[in-house]
Amino acid sequence: MRRISGFYQSLIGKKAVVACTGLVLLGFLVLHVIGNLKGFLPPAAGGEPDIDVYAHFLRNVGEPLIPHLVVLWGVRIVLGTALVLHVVTVLQLAAHNRGARPIRYRGAEHVAATAPARWMLVTGCAVLFFLILHLLQFTFDALGPPIAPRANFGCVYQNLWEAFQHGGVLLFYVAGMAAVGLHVFHGAWSALQTLGIDNPDRNRGLRAFATGMALFLFLAFLSLPVAMALGVIPEPSAYSAACSASAA
Amino acid sequence: MKFSLEVWRQPAGDAAGTFTSYEVDEISPDSSFLEMLDILNERLTESGGEPIAFDSDCREGICGMCSLVIDGQAHGPQRATTTCQLYMRQFDDGAQITIEPFRSGAFPVVRDLVVDRSAFDRILRAGGYVTVHSGPKPDPNDIPVEPEVAEKAIDAACCIGCGACVAACPNGAAMLYTAAKVSHLALLPQGQPERFARVQRMTEQMQKEGFGSCRNYGECEAQCPKAISIDFIGRMNRDLLRAKVTQPIDFRGDMKTQ
Repeated sequence: MRRISGFYQSLIGKKAVVACTGLVLLGFLVLHVIGNLKGFLPPAAGGEPDIDVYAHFLRNVGEPLIPHLVVLWGVRIVLGTALVLHVVTVLQLAAHNRGARPIRYRGAEHVAATAPARWMLVTGCAVLFFLILHLLQFTFDALGPPIAPRANFGCVYQNLWEAFQHGGVLLFYVAGMAAVGLHVFHGAWSALQTLGIDNPDRNRGLRAFATGMALFLFLAFLSLPVAMALGVIPEPSAYSAACSASAA
Repeated sequence: MKFSLEVWRQPAGDAAGTFTSYEVDEISPDSSFLEMLDILNERLTESGGEPIAFDSDCREGICGMCSLVIDGQAHGPQRATTTCQLYMRQFDDGAQITIEPFRSGAFPVVRDLVVDRSAFDRILRAGGYVTVHSGPKPDPNDIPVEPEVAEKAIDAACCIGCGACVAACPNGAAMLYTAAKVSHLALLPQGQPERFARVQRMTEQMQKEGFGSCRNYGECEAQCPKAISIDFIGRMNRDLLRAKVTQPIDFRGDMKTQ
């Protein structure tokens, strides 16, 4: 305990917590977007959309060794803890930093800092706001129609399709993913620098990694909503009969 | 040359400060920034005014005594240059120039543009030393050091402790200063005995002084008059995290069996 509290009390220890939790959340985003891209795959043998099959799998990972939902809840607890630690630690550091520089300069403040680096707190808050609404919409199904039509539970493809028929919903997702992209553009590199992984040899590569990550997440996350809004992929009715019937 | 100056004037640390405008003319383009202030002070004194207080010592860019935030940048707009080595030819004739003290909660203003940077001395005292034996004088080159490593250590040792990194950092962090001091000893064989204790003590003192935390903006590196790389911050972080995770807290504690 003494070691953990000593670690967390130091500014660099706190930064390392923000960096590590940020990387955990980044890893989650990569897995999440791979799942999303399954929306583009042809349906399974029974006519069920591939993304629905994947959604069922997420609830049954590890069966029969591990009971239903255990892995899902394990991952949710890890991600929730990482998110809370990330946000709480950043707020503590931000409060500390305000005391460290109480008076601003009259002249311009920045020579080297990029705009995404300076706007980390803003993009971070935007991502948090997006996340809350996103969970309310699709996980807790609390926003109700027309934003989140109460279709059959587990009919992921159909639920997504109907939600993204609304221009406002699509626009909100574009803005949310822009915030994610900007946050990752600085954050993915910054985390590696904080952990002492960056050095002059690796700098170009690691910055390219962060830029690539930001672009990849932005484009890959938006590809499915845009494809659904434009109708370039099949309508849900083309798939499993069970899900289509309930929407009517 | 002619300049309009906006200078921060503050009669004492606990008094309120404000910007005051001054016009200076007949300045040679080859006078340094500090010489320009000297000329202004001379004229202020002759006309019965109070001269502007600012720090300087060697005036050849190596002592770390001069400071000033000029147009929002520590040591002015020219990269890798101290204020004393900044010449007025770098500015346009008739330019308006804003001059402020280094701003940081840990660097209280003493008067006008002079700030108290003794927080840096306390960080250095916390761990910026090496143990040496007290025996006979060692032979030169007794301890082999890879030339590349020696050069890297010298890059860190170039830090003159002026505090520009703190002034430049929007978070008022002293990471670049502390990292330079930690790294130049941690890179060399002579610095190994205290390596992990040093990084912990110096960063603890840095925090105790009220300096902020690093957000990897890179402003410190850009405004450092010795262009010290933020690579040293990564090195310091790596050493500190290693120390916090792997170094024993109880080196000599008791143990029981069971």
